[in-house]
Formats: sequence, structure tokens, C-alpha cells
Amino acid sequence: MANDRIKARKIRVLPGFKLTLGFTLFYLGLLVLIPLAAVFWKTTTLTWPEFWHTITMPPAMASYRLTFGASFCAALVNVVFGLVVAWVLVRYEFPGKKIVDALVDLPFALPTAVAGITLAALYSQHGWIGRSLEPLGIKAANTQLGIFIALTFIGLPFIVRTVQPILEDLDPELEEAASSLGANRWQVFWRVILPMLTPALLTGFALAFARALGEYGSVIFIAGNIPMHTQITPVVIMQELDMFEYGKATAIAVVMLVVSFVLLLSINVLQWWTNRYNTHNLA
Amino acid sequence: MKTIGIIILTALLVASVNAREIKLLNVSYDPTRELYTEYNAAFAKYWKAKTGDDVTISQSHGGSGKQAQSVINGLEADVVTLALAYDIDAIAKQARLLPADWLKRLPNDSTPYTSTIVFLVRKGNPKGIRDWDDIVKKGISVVVPNPKTSGGARWAYLAAYAYALEKNNHDDAAARAFITKLYKNVPVLDSGARGSTVTFAKNGIGDVLLAWENEAHLALKEFGADNFEIVTPSLSILAEPPVAVVSKNAKNHHTTEIANEYLKYLYSDEGQEIAARNFYRPRNEAVAAKYAANFSPVKLVTIDQEFGGWAKAQKTYFADGGVFDQIYQP
Repeated sequence: MANDRIKARKIRVLPGFKLTLGFTLFYLGLLVLIPLAAVFWKTTTLTWPEFWHTITMPPAMASYRLTFGASFCAALVNVVFGLVVAWVLVRYEFPGKKIVDALVDLPFALPTAVAGITLAALYSQHGWIGRSLEPLGIKAANTQLGIFIALTFIGLPFIVRTVQPILEDLDPELEEAASSLGANRWQVFWRVILPMLTPALLTGFALAFARALGEYGSVIFIAGNIPMHTQITPVVIMQELDMFEYGKATAIAVVMLVVSFVLLLSINVLQWWTNRYNTHNLA
Repeated sequence: MKTIGIIILTALLVASVNAREIKLLNVSYDPTRELYTEYNAAFAKYWKAKTGDDVTISQSHGGSGKQAQSVINGLEADVVTLALAYDIDAIAKQARLLPADWLKRLPNDSTPYTSTIVFLVRKGNPKGIRDWDDIVKKGISVVVPNPKTSGGARWAYLAAYAYALEKNNHDDAAARAFITKLYKNVPVLDSGARGSTVTFAKNGIGDVLLAWENEAHLALKEFGADNFEIVTPSLSILAEPPVAVVSKNAKNHHTTEIANEYLKYLYSDEGQEIAARNFYRPRNEAVAAKYAANFSPVKLVTIDQEFGGWAKAQKTYFADGGVFDQIYQP
């Protein structure tokens, strides 16, 4: 009994566990759960067949595939190139590093509509980049490629900023030890560095992916928004709202919510799993 | 006691002589910014001269459907001036802020000015676009907003459809084939009229923009008459953007009288001239004759004649699973 009390005291250095937990639940409830519950509540204006019909209509189905597919690819590409950017920023010194570091955050700060208009102007067939892509037979503006570009743009900071602190804490001695034990460069990266970065990369991936799923402002200007082809789910939702179909709009939103939640939850589980594997290996 | 009474009485008298300041909110759609900026100033002057009161009119602009939604969700508009009757019907039906027969409260179905859909093409008309048949040809790129989200785009869709019906002796299947061909030529569907204008004029996408007549004239002014020209097709739709007092809001704000006057003044000679100067077709024939040079002659059909009114058109063409959705079914 006395032992238990000492143990409990040891774990909780700061008092107020119940208070802070209570506050956390209240805060999350107010900010997240109530609005989400309202979304679910709005769908009750539809009957079950109506609900099913709405969420499975062909333009909606095509938009799910596009939204989840493009968001996934964009986040994946960002994992690779975000890691490279973070690596360069942590491991090397070069003139103008501070500026490059600040540039990474720009997609965070820029209003998404501004980003969208800028990208659309750049990639349209008369724009700076679009002009040189045109002869190669590549069309970016008003295609699915354009959506992918916009989502990659907004997702970059998430990977860089989650990987950067982990890389900074990574002791170069580990790499030196590995190579002095005979590992080649590839093995050092694959067997030593990458496993330690995986949880951070997964977090960054989840953040970038989630952000891309909900992205609207930057995509609509470059997407073309053609039904069945370049229309992302948020645009389908807006379309329903513009026709005063609140029930239908929320029905499609519910699909987005549920699928996103399941995906993010599985990424969290994966992250927990890789993390456990990691510490186990190190010990 | 007596002196205090006199003081209060004089104070009250002075107050009533002093001009009141009245605030009015007009919730409108995208391309009316310039029109109402000019009209509000004129109305404020007229009202000051008539009653001595100062009136400040605030404006809100956006896609017509979105604006109607804002009013339904509690934006305290005294008057709404939207792109189509369907959106004001939604305010009447969903929020019950005005009676269902609002359309009959003012002359000409509450539409003090009209407009139509025209083509904006690049200077010199390099693709030789003269009429609707030219824009459904292979290889022509057409820019128009999404009819599900834009009032102007719905008028444009109906204008094309009406042309196809007239041309094919009201054969609906032929008209559907025509409209399908047209939308296959559309590479980008923006959510509103202004978005499409920017896509066409700034980003250089498309050979032709289907636009509100006033928006096309505005684009000429804004982006240079040496870059674009307006082509008026042989037949188009009589677009009727209606106006209405949001009765419940106006009653709560005690602005019913002035809100009514605000809309009625649109029908006055001055109001009609302002509309014409901003490239809206005036209802008043004398004013229309005076500004005839601004408007090319075109055969105009109405939505009631050709499509049996908004409720029916909305359901047939734009609702989920309607004709517009079918265009994109593989």
C-alpha cells in the first residue's frame, strides 16, 4: 500500500492529472466532437437508401478515389524529398541555410487560395513552367497531375518539421560505429538511420496526408473540377451545399471523416508498432 | 419641474430634426459589385434629399448559391439581389424569411434589370466563333463555371440548351447530344463567374468564355479591349436576376420602408440608367433605347417559356443524377 503510493508519486511529478485530463476532454469535446457530432446529426435528414445513394453516386465515388489517391501519392513523395531536405538542413552548413529553412514553412503560412492561384498561373499552358512542359506532352493545369502538385506543395513542411528534430538528436557516432564495423553506406542508411527515423516519417506522412485530404483552396484553382475526372471530394461537398442539399453534403463528409479516421488510426498503430520494434532492437 | 419638462421636450424635438442614420445590408452575387457601388451612392443621395436621413448601405458579394446559404444561416440581409429566383426561393422555403410569393411583390417578376449570356473570345476571333454551333466543334476549348455552383453558369447552360431545342424542333435527345458535346469541350469548371473570367483572361485558358453580358463588358474594361472581343450569339436566354426584401430581417431592423424604397428606386429612371451603364439590360424602354449601343440585338427566350420555370429546370438538369451529371457518365 505504502509502496504503491510512492510509486504513484514517482510517476506523476506534476499534480493535477484529473484536472488536466478533464480539461483535455472538455476542450476536445467542444472543439472537435460537437462539430463532428453535428455533421453526423445533419445526415439524419436523409433516409438510409438516400444516404447510400448519395455516397455511392458515380461522381462522389470518383472523387473519393481521386482525393485519397492523390493525397496518398503526394504524402509519399513528400516523405522521400522531405527527408532529403531535412537531412541537408541538419547535417550541412552552407550560406543561406537560414533562408532555406524559413522557405520550408512558406506553404504553412501562405493562404491556400494564393498558393492555388499562383500554381495555376505557373502551370497553365502559358505559364512559366507549363510552357516548358507543354512540348513534352505534359499537362499539369486542370489535370490530376495538377492536384498532385498542389497537394505536394502544401504537405512538404509536415515531413521536414517532424523529421528535423529527430535527425538533430541522431548521434553521428552511431553511423561511424556502423561503418567501422564494416557496414557500407547503403547499409548504414537502411539498417541504422532509417529505422530510427521511421516513427517520425510516419507522423509526418500522417499529417501531410490528413492535410491533403481536407485541402480545398489550393486545389480548386489548378484542378479543373471536371466531374468524374478532376473533382476532389471537398468540391463535391461544396456543390451539394450550393444546391442547398445540406443532408447530402454532410453524408459525403461523413464518408470522408470515417475513412480518414480509420486511415489515420492505422498509421498511428503502425507508428506505435515500429517504435516498439525500435526500442526493442536498441535494447 | 416645468423647466425640466421643456428641456426634455426641446431635446426630443432637436433629436427628431437631427438626421437618423440607417444601415442597410444588400447581399448580392458576384458580378454586381460595380453596379451596386454606383447605385448605393445614388440611392443614399436620393434618400437624403427626400427624408434628410443618412443611409449607409453595405454590400456582400459571392456566388449566388453561397450568398443565399449565408442568409439562410443567419446573415442579416435587409435585401437580397441574387442571380436567379431559385436561390431566393430557397431562402423563402428553408428559412421562411420572406413569403413564398415574393416574386410578385415588385414589377417584372421582381427583376428591375435583365442580362443574358454572351461569348467572350480572344482578339480577332482566331477560331471564327459566331454562334453556339461553333463552340461545340472539336478542338474548341470552352470556359464556363460549374452550373451546380454558379447562377451564371446555369443561365449559360440553359441558353445553349434553348438554342439546341430551337434548332432541332424541340427534339430533346438532339439537345442533350448538343449539350454533351459542349461540355466535353470544357477543360475547367470554376465554381463562380469571376473564377472563370480569371481562368480565361488571366491564365489564358480556352478559346471562348461563356459569360454574363455585363461580366464580358467588364472583362473588356479590366483586361483591355485590345485582348478580347464580345460575340453575341443568334439566340440566348433572358437571364432575370431578381431582387427582394428579406421581410423578417427588415422588420427586426425596422428598415422595411427604406428597404422597399431601395429596391423600388432600381425601377426609377436613375436606377435604370445606372443599370444600363453597368451593362445590365434595363426594363424601362426609354432608357433601353438610349443605351441601345451597349447591347447587341439577340433573340431572347425565357426560362418559363422554354423550360417551365426554375423548380422544374433545376430538377431536370442540375439536381444529382440530372442531365448535367449524365454528361459525365462514362
